Amino acid sequence: MAKKKSGNVEFAPRGIGDEKSGAVQKGVDLPAATKSKHKDLGLSAAKLKAMYEQMYLQRRFEERAMQQYQKGKFGGFLHLYIGQEAISTGTTFALNDDDDIITAYRDHGWGLCRGISANEGMAELFGKATGCSRGKGGSMHFAKAENHFWGGYGIVGGHIPIGGGLAFANKYEQNGRISTCFFGDGAVDQGALHETFNIAQLWKLPAIFVVENNGYSMGTAARRHTVADIVDRADGYGMKSAVINGMDVFSVYEKMKEIADDVRKNSEPWFVEIRTYRYRGHSMSDPQKYRTKEELEEYQKIDPIERLKTYILENDIAKEAALEKIEEKVEQEVLDAVEFADNSDFPKDEELYEDMFVEDNPYFHT
Amino acid sequence: MAELQFREAIKAAIDEEMARDEKVLVMGEEVAEYNGAYKTTEGLLDKYGYKRVIDTPISELGFAGIGVGAAMNGLRPIVEFMTFNFAVLAADQIINHASKVKYMTGGQIDCPIVFRGPNASAGQLGATHSVAYDSMYAHFPGLKVIYTSEPDDAKGLLKSAIRDDNPVLFMESEQMYGLKGEVSDEEDYIIPIGKGKIKREGEQVTLVAHGKMYHLAVQAAKELAKDGVECEIIDPRTVKPLDLPLIIESIKKTNRCVILDEAHPFGGLAAEVGFLIQREAFDYLDAPVQRVTLPDVCAPFAKNLFDLWYPSVKQVVDAVNQVTYRN
Repeated sequence: MAKKKSGNVEFAPRGIGDEKSGAVQKGVDLPAATKSKHKDLGLSAAKLKAMYEQMYLQRRFEERAMQQYQKGKFGGFLHLYIGQEAISTGTTFALNDDDDIITAYRDHGWGLCRGISANEGMAELFGKATGCSRGKGGSMHFAKAENHFWGGYGIVGGHIPIGGGLAFANKYEQNGRISTCFFGDGAVDQGALHETFNIAQLWKLPAIFVVENNGYSMGTAARRHTVADIVDRADGYGMKSAVINGMDVFSVYEKMKEIADDVRKNSEPWFVEIRTYRYRGHSMSDPQKYRTKEELEEYQKIDPIERLKTYILENDIAKEAALEKIEEKVEQEVLDAVEFADNSDFPKDEELYEDMFVEDNPYFHT
Repeated sequence: MAELQFREAIKAAIDEEMARDEKVLVMGEEVAEYNGAYKTTEGLLDKYGYKRVIDTPISELGFAGIGVGAAMNGLRPIVEFMTFNFAVLAADQIINHASKVKYMTGGQIDCPIVFRGPNASAGQLGATHSVAYDSMYAHFPGLKVIYTSEPDDAKGLLKSAIRDDNPVLFMESEQMYGLKGEVSDEEDYIIPIGKGKIKREGEQVTLVAHGKMYHLAVQAAKELAKDGVECEIIDPRTVKPLDLPLIIESIKKTNRCVILDEAHPFGGLAAEVGFLIQREAFDYLDAPVQRVTLPDVCAPFAKNLFDLWYPSVKQVVDAVNQVTYRN
C-alpha cells in the first residue's frame, strides 16, 4: 500500500493575499510601445483628432452610463471597457469598414467605434425601443450588423467559433473581407478557442483572433487561471502571432494594420495578444479585492487617452483649445444621449414576441 | 413515386438544394472523402467539390459554431453531426447562439442553418450513444425540430429545413437509413414544417408517434387490428412547431390516446402532448392519456436489459388496452 504523503494540498495558485515583497504586482507586462510617429503610420492630423474623439467618446459614454446605473436608471450587468479604448479605436481605424468585428460582452466601445450612436447605445443600456438592439439585448448585446459589427456575446468563449464562421463565409464568397474576433483573457481557457484555432489554421480562414488580456478573468489574475504566456497558444497550432501594447493606440493601429494586410493577402489566421488594463471592476458589483489600488494607479499613469492627447499637443498637431472643443462636443453628445435614452419609450408589449423568427406570424408554443 | 432508402431521400434533398442555391454547403465529420459515415452525403464531394462539402475535425463545438457564424454572414450551412449524442458538445452553439442571436440583436441577424444527423438509440451502443434529443431542443425558443419516420417525409421536410431562414434541427436514425419507402417524384417536393400526417385511420384510439416510434406504432396497430381495435396513427413529423390541431381532431374522434416517445419520460414530447390534450380536449377523453417512453434509466448494454429498456410493441398494446379498458 502506498504511503500517505504529508503536507498541505493546494490546487489553484494563490492571489494577492500571499504577496510579501511589497512590490506592485502587475496584471500584465506591457511590451514596448511603437516608436513610429503618426506620419510614419500614414495618420493625418484629422485622423488623429478623430481617434482622440472616438476614444474620449467611449470613456465619457461609459462614465455617464455608470452614473445612470448607480442612479438606478437601468439594471442588468454593466461591464465597462474603460482603460481598454486604444484597442477598439486602433483596430477599427486599421480595418476596412466592411471587415467583420465580433466581441464578448465588454462591447460598448466596439459598438461606438462601429457606428452605434451614443443615443442608440445609451438607449440600449436603458432597455429602450430606440436602442441599437431595440432594447432586446442590453449592455452585453450591442450590435450593428449593417456596419459589420456582429455584436457582443455573453458566453465566455462562445463567440470564438462564430468569429471563425464569419471568416469562413468571407473565404467562401472570396469577398476580400477579413473577420476579427475579440475576447478576454478568461476565454483562452475555453475549449471553444482551441477547437476554433485548430480548424481556422487547417482551413486557412481569414481571421484575426485577439485576446484583450486585461490581466483578470473577472477576479482571477491571469497567472492564476492559465499557464504560460497566452500568446504561446498560437505555437501549438502553427499560427502566426503577435503581442501588442494595448495602452498605446499607435501600437495597436500599426500592428493590426500590418496583420490585417497579411490576412487579406494570405488568408491565414493570426492570434494576437493585446495587453491592456481595465480600470473598473469586472461588472458593477465587484469589490475588487483581487488587486491593489497601487496596481490600478500604475496603469492609470499610462492612460491611453492622455497619452494620445499628450502626443497631439507635443507634436503641435492641434492646440489645447481644439481638443477641449472636441471634449465639450463629446460631453454634450453623451449628456444628450442620456436624455434621449431617458425620454425614449420602452419596447411595446407586443415586441416581446418579435424578432424570434424570420417569418411574420411564427408559431409560439403555449 | 420512386422507392428510395431513407439515406437516399436525405441525399436527394441535400443534392437538390445544393444545386438550387450556391450558398448551401455541408460540413461535418466524414461527410466528404469518406462519403458520409452513413452515406447520406455519398457522391456530393464529387459533384460539388471541396468548397461546398467539407470534412471537419472531431470538434462539434468548433464546427457547429463556424456554421453559425457562416449562417449569420450569409451562407446556408448544413452541419451534420455523426449523432445528436455528440452534438451535446455543440449545445452551446445551438442553444445559446443559433437560437438567440436574432432576438438579442433586435432582429438584426438571421441564422439560416440546419443541424442534422441521427438521433436516439441505435441498438446496443451503451449509455452515451442512445439518447433522443428532439424534445430537449424543442424546449428552447427559436429552434424548429423535425424528426421524421419515413423517406418521403424526410425528403420533403429536409428541403424545407434547408430553405428555412431560421435554425432548424433535422433528426434521423441510424436504424432507419436503410429503410425503403415510396418518395414523391414531384419536382421540388416540399413538405411544410409544422404539418403532421394521419398515417393510419382508425376509430378507437389515437397513437401519436414520430421518428422510429412510428414504426412501433404501426406494428402495434397491426396486432391490435387482429383483435378488432382500429388505431389512428398521427405522425407529427415536426416536434416543433407541433401540429396540435391534427392531434386534437383525432382525439375528438377516438376519445383515447397513447403517445409513443423514444425519449425519457420527464418533460418530453409525451408529457407535453399529454398536457395539451387535457387542456384542449378534456371533455372528449374517455380514459386518461397513456404514454410509452424509455424508462428514467440510462441505456444498458446487455441484450436482455436493453430489450427491457427499449419501448416494445407489447408496451404499446398494453397501453392501448388500458385506454380502451380491455384488460
